[in-house]
Order: sequence, then structure tokens, then C-alpha cells
Amino acid sequence: MPKLTIDGIEVEIESGMTVLQACEEAGVEIPRFCYHERLSIAGNCRMCLVEIEKMPKLAASCAMPAGEGMVVRTRSEKVRAARQNVMEFQLVNHPLDCPICDQGGECDLQDEAMAYGLGEGRFSEDKHAFEPKYMGPLIKTMMNRCIHCTRCVRFIAEIAGTEEIGAIGRGGATEIITYLQAAVTSELSGNVIDLCPVGALTSRPYAFSARPWELRKTQGIDVMDAVGSNIRIDSRGASVMRILPRNHDDVNEEWLADRSRFIWDGLKSRRLDRPYMRKGGKLVETSWDEALAAVAAKLKSTAAEKIGAIAGDLCAVEEMFALKSLLEELGVTNLDCRQNGAALDPALGRASYLFNASIAGIEAADALIIIGANPRLEAPVLNARIRKRWLAGGFKISVIGERADLTYDYNYLGAGPESLKTIVAGHEAFDGAQRPMVIVGQGAIARPDGAAILSQAARLADAIGAVSADWNGFCVLHEAASRVGGLDVGFVPGTGGGTVADMIKAAGSGALEVLYLLGADEIDMKALGDAFVIYQGSHGDAGAHRADVILPGSAYTEKDGTYVNTEGRVQLGARAVMPPGEAREDWRILRALSGLMDAKLPFDTPEELRDRISDAVPHLEQVDEIAFADSAALKALAGKGGTVASDPFRSGAADHYMGNPIIRASAVMAKCKALHEREEEATGTDA
Amino acid sequence: MKQSVASRAAQIANAMLLKDFVSAFFLAMRYFFKPKPTINYPFEKGPLSPRFRGEHALRRYPNGEERCIACKLCEAVCPALAITIEAGLRQSDNTRRTIRYDIDMTKCIYCGYCQEACPVEAIVLGPNFEFAMETREELFYDKARLLTNGDRWEREIARNIAMDAPYR
Repeated sequence: MPKLTIDGIEVEIESGMTVLQACEEAGVEIPRFCYHERLSIAGNCRMCLVEIEKMPKLAASCAMPAGEGMVVRTRSEKVRAARQNVMEFQLVNHPLDCPICDQGGECDLQDEAMAYGLGEGRFSEDKHAFEPKYMGPLIKTMMNRCIHCTRCVRFIAEIAGTEEIGAIGRGGATEIITYLQAAVTSELSGNVIDLCPVGALTSRPYAFSARPWELRKTQGIDVMDAVGSNIRIDSRGASVMRILPRNHDDVNEEWLADRSRFIWDGLKSRRLDRPYMRKGGKLVETSWDEALAAVAAKLKSTAAEKIGAIAGDLCAVEEMFALKSLLEELGVTNLDCRQNGAALDPALGRASYLFNASIAGIEAADALIIIGANPRLEAPVLNARIRKRWLAGGFKISVIGERADLTYDYNYLGAGPESLKTIVAGHEAFDGAQRPMVIVGQGAIARPDGAAILSQAARLADAIGAVSADWNGFCVLHEAASRVGGLDVGFVPGTGGGTVADMIKAAGSGALEVLYLLGADEIDMKALGDAFVIYQGSHGDAGAHRADVILPGSAYTEKDGTYVNTEGRVQLGARAVMPPGEAREDWRILRALSGLMDAKLPFDTPEELRDRISDAVPHLEQVDEIAFADSAALKALAGKGGTVASDPFRSGAADHYMGNPIIRASAVMAKCKALHEREEEATGTDA
Repeated sequence: MKQSVASRAAQIANAMLLKDFVSAFFLAMRYFFKPKPTINYPFEKGPLSPRFRGEHALRRYPNGEERCIACKLCEAVCPALAITIEAGLRQSDNTRRTIRYDIDMTKCIYCGYCQEACPVEAIVLGPNFEFAMETREELFYDKARLLTNGDRWEREIARNIAMDAPYR
């Protein structure tokens, strides 16, 4: 534990820290451009110069290991003069186009120039000029502004693991380009926009649309995957202007997947902004009173066993709880939140459907087997965590399922259940692992024999020692943000109730007369026969096309919602903007409906609703906590057994840019999809 | 009190010679030939300082290109929140331009901060002060109106800016 003095403040730090980190410990701010705490150290911007006693020259504090007894001065005249000179050099080739630069107002260079800039340039020669480079539909480049900090290069190489961006040329002629000037294909590419300290890399869809000072910032939770990334929703007036990540060390660190970041144009198109009813085979606009009365009349006049409800992938806990309460009051048992048919059952214990090791826990693991999942496409931020652990070394990864580029090396064990059976029988490869992890993806369990495969995965986890007193490495990787919340509140078939597949079959045969779709679009709408379909959701997607009554709900940025991520962490997302037109918050719609049905739900305010939820499911009260899941449940799960089919596991990868109604409504995501399809074709012919 | 004989005589002489009348006549004549402070508005107008802050205008470059680049600094600095801007990509050349540039002239307090904030001298408060309207709606200026103002007043605005330049 070296001790050093910084500006007269004595600090004790952990050994191995740099001077810059020591300064932060002491509360002294050091200006920097190239240094970033989650990337490797480059030391090329020279802005972080400090004076260290007994050293002949100023040292770059980001790259200087802190030593015992160092006396560091960060505010001396010498340091200030040096930083001013560095700043002057940074600005030699930097254009004075702040007024048209999207980074203006949130630019590191602008901020530091206020502190260390000379106020006017002494450089009267011509500035270096570079062509803007093409980096795909998400990143807009203006390479004249680049100060060559190489943060983007390091991010893509280290965190995203695709090595697509690099620097060519030397000195003043250095240029940042993508290899062969191709689009950046990484699914985490948007993060380089946040990392860029200047306006060289900016967001293309957001280009010129707003200034940071006019945006209202709301803390939300992302619902595009089940990671529950913390996001900041920037809105102006009634529209969401952009989405940025928020730092949460245990969930998304400070990264965000592209499909979570660039989704906001999907929040504006294909919205359901007023109730609709099908009259004479056509959907016509109607009033709330009429629509709710029709739904209430239909629900009242139908026998409980002929009513079913399916919750979609983007629902918050609130509306699932409200719908469940309402329908249970009517005696309905056909409830399901597992739209993809995943064989997860809350009756088997919470440990059977959670990512028990937790996302941060990946870094503590020492072996990993991935079954039927492509974490890179299903949960890109979580995949970055796996890669981070893999880069640290001593992490053996095996995969059963589709072969794919996961940005790290792995041992491929096979494609389907046979390989899983083999590895359960002979798991010597995992001997010696203290904290092994088993990740079970939706591709393995969202199939008719899913229960048996889940059981087998639990057996494997048990056999390789992934479940012990202080470690639970059995991890179910979800794709839907609503899934864990739905399972937690028990939005699953009650006694005698049918699953999604049963309900669709019953609807097709006429045994089920009313189907309530709460934002559920991923089921086969053609198979629903003549059932009366009530669709409550935000987007005019498959469900709305089939619906007989449409109740316009709100998207995740338009309601205060509780979401439980794949590891069981309860998180609250706040409302950033109002829902469009006559659309309402989903739980309020259900509350209003219950009033018309003599089954009044016992809550009128969001607070009362939350109280009810936490009465029913106590752990949902603990925000940002992971409630303990008893791993004993996994033993029972392992013992269940069952027969498995032999078809190989498929991953949900195909849906990466088409997976839910909001993504499908987004033009930017459509461009990404087109780009990826082209890429795949190209590599297909090359190989 | 009894008046003296001399003062009585002077009084009579003044009255006989119409002294008050004559002096008043000359006073009137003096003012009659003096330059007049009133002006025959609207046919005549008083002088204006080059810094006069009148009706707003959006200027163009000599080649006809609009100056405004939608940096939104005027919107940010406006203390009366009178300016509303929407920025975007201009389709023809992918440059940053305003899609909307509205000034609510009923809110404007003519402080001139927008002009000072503007990095390209696009928004200016020109010398025109004669823009009284019959309805309130006419005072909600849009981009086209402001550009027209700029075109109409460009000569005066450019002269004013040039005259004020040495003091800035």
C-alpha cells in the first residue's frame, strides 16, 4: 500500500495504481483525453502531465505507476504551462466548427480548452484536413476533429473484440479508419460515440437533431434484452431524442448495445395512439369508453376457462401484475408470459430461471459452458463481460449449440442435446474448476423438450460443481426483459391452465374464445382461429393487426416501470415522455377496465400498485438488489429428467435486429439488419 | 403707493409704441426661422445608431447561401425564450441547417443577446422599427419571414456592422 502526497494531500492507495488514479483518490481532477478507466493505457494525448518531485521532466500521470513516497504537484505553474502547450498542439489541427459539431456542449476538448486554452490560435498555417470515413449507419465521422486518442481503436479491439477500427499513418498524418473502409459491424459499436472525447465520431441517427443543454434527462431501464442495462433517456418536448448508457458496475458497466441505443426512432413510428375496434372486418377508431365497454362485456360474457392471456417481452412488472390480478379475480387460469415457450417454471424455485452467478459474477468464474445461446447477439453487454473475463486469462469456455463468432475462443462441443448428454456423462474437462458456470440460453429451453434439457443442464451444473455453498453457476440467459419479472409475479398457467402453445391450439380449435395479448406479438397470429383478440400494446405490429380491440398502451420510455433482469435484479425505469395521443400507461388501462367489470383492482395510484406488488412478491420491493435464490431448487430440477429430442439447439440470433415490435418499427435497426445480412452474404461467398 | 411721474411716463410710452407686441413678434419670428426639432414622420425620420436594435433578420452570404448553421446558441441565450429552432440535415448537401427558425416577437425584449451569441452573424437586430401589426399572429416570425427581412435590409445591416466593428 504505497503512500504518496498529491498537492499536499496524503493518500494511501492500492499497489499497482497509476499516478492519475491516485490523484482521483485524492480528489484532484486531472484533464485527460486518451485515458479511460475501462480501456488499456495509451498515454498519447499528454494532457495529464503532472510534476513529480525528483523527476527531471513532467510525467504523463495516466501511464506512470504510483510509487511509495512520491510527491506530486498538479497545480504548479510549470504543469499549467505544459498543459496549455499540449492544448495548443491539440488545437493546431482541430477545426473551429464547434457551432455545427454535435459534440458541442458535451465535448471534453471544449471543456478543457476553457480551462487550458489560450483563447486565440497562434497557428496561422493551413490545418490538416481528412476525408470523413464511412463507418456504417450508426457512426458519423468527421475526421478533421480527431485528436488521435485511440479510445475507439482500443474499445473495438479490447471490449467489443472485433478489431475493425485502426490507425494508419504516423505523426500528423495519423488517421483512424475502419479496415477496408467497411461499416463497423460490432453490436457494441455505438459506445465509441460516447468514448470519443471530441466530435470525430458522433451518432448518425441523432445528427444535428438536438443540443445537450435542451434535453431532459431521465433515468430508465433498457428492455431490448434481458440484461436490464441502465440507460439515460434524453428527451425534448414529447419525443425521445436519444438514449445513452448510465454507469452501473454490476450490470452494464458503461456500455450499451447498439439495438438499445439506436432504438428511439422506433418509439415514434407505427404507434397505436387511439383505441380501435374491429367493425365489419375493419379496424376503426373508437373511444376509450366504447373500447373498454366492449372488452368488459366480452370478458364478462365468456366462461373463465375460455379466456386466455399472454404477456409480451417488453412488459413491466406492473401491468403483468395488474392483468394477472384482474383475470384471477375472474377465475382465469390460462396465463403465460413465456411467449417463446421456454420451459421455465417458477414452481421449481427462483434459482431455476435466474442468471444465478450474476453478471458481475462472471468475472469470478473460472470455466464456462454455454448451452444453446449466442450471448453476443442475445445480450451483447453481457458478452462483453464474458470477453473481459476471458481476456484476464485462465477461463475455459465451451459451447454446445450453434457455432458462431463470440469474440472469444471456445471449445466447441457439439450442436445439440447429444453433446450435452455426453458432457454430463464425462465432464473431466471441468475437473479442477472452482467456480464453473453453465449458461443455458433460450435456444435450448424454448422447445418442446426444453424442460428435459433444463433438467439436464442442472445435472451438468451439479456434476461439475457449479452449485456449491458459496457459488451458484447455473445461469439461464433470458432474451426478454419482461420474462423474469413475469415469472416472479407468477404470470404462468394456474391449475388447469394452458401454456402459450396450448392457448394458441385452443384458440385455433375454438376452445378458447377470448385472448388478451399484453404486448405479445411473437406468436403465430394466423393460428388463432376465430378467437376474440384484445391487444394492449404500444406498436401496430402482428398483435394489433390480428386484434378485434386495440387498447393503446405505452412503450418503456413512457411509463414508470419495474423490470427484473436476467440475474433477478429489480430495477425501476422512470417515465421520460408522455405516451402519444390517447395512449395510456398500461396498468391504468387495466385498472379502468376492472372498474367496468365489477372486479375493481385495489389500487388507484402507482404507489398503491407497488405496495400490492411488494405484498405479493416481497423481493420486488428491493430496488437494485438481487434477492437470494435458493440453489437447493436446482437439485430437484436436476432430478426431473425427461426425454430429449435430437434436433440441434438454435439461438435467437436471427432476431437480433428484428426481435420485438419497437425494433421492427425502427428504420435504423432495419438498416443495421440489411448491413448484417450483406456481411453474412459476403463472408458466405468468401469462404 | 403712489407712482413716480417718470415711471408713469415710461408706461404710457410703452403702451403707445406697442413694445410688448413688437418684442413678442420678434420672439415669434426668431422661433419661426429656427431649425425645428419635430420631424414630419413618417416622411422624415430621426437618426439611428449603428447599434440600434430593431426588427430581427436572418442574413445570407453574398453568394445567397443562408448564414445560419443551426448551432442553437441564440435559442440557448435568449432570456425571454422567444426563439425556437429545429435543426437538421439539409438533403441537398448534408449540411447542418435550420428546419425551423421561429421568433415570437411578442416575447422578444430586444436585448440583442442572440446577435452577440451568433458565431456567423446570421441573426441580427436590424434598423427597422416599423413593424407594427394588426394581429398578434403576424408577430410570430418564421424562417422565411426572417430571411426576407435579411434580404430587404442587408445593405443597412452590413453598413451598421461595419461601422460598429472597430468598437468590438
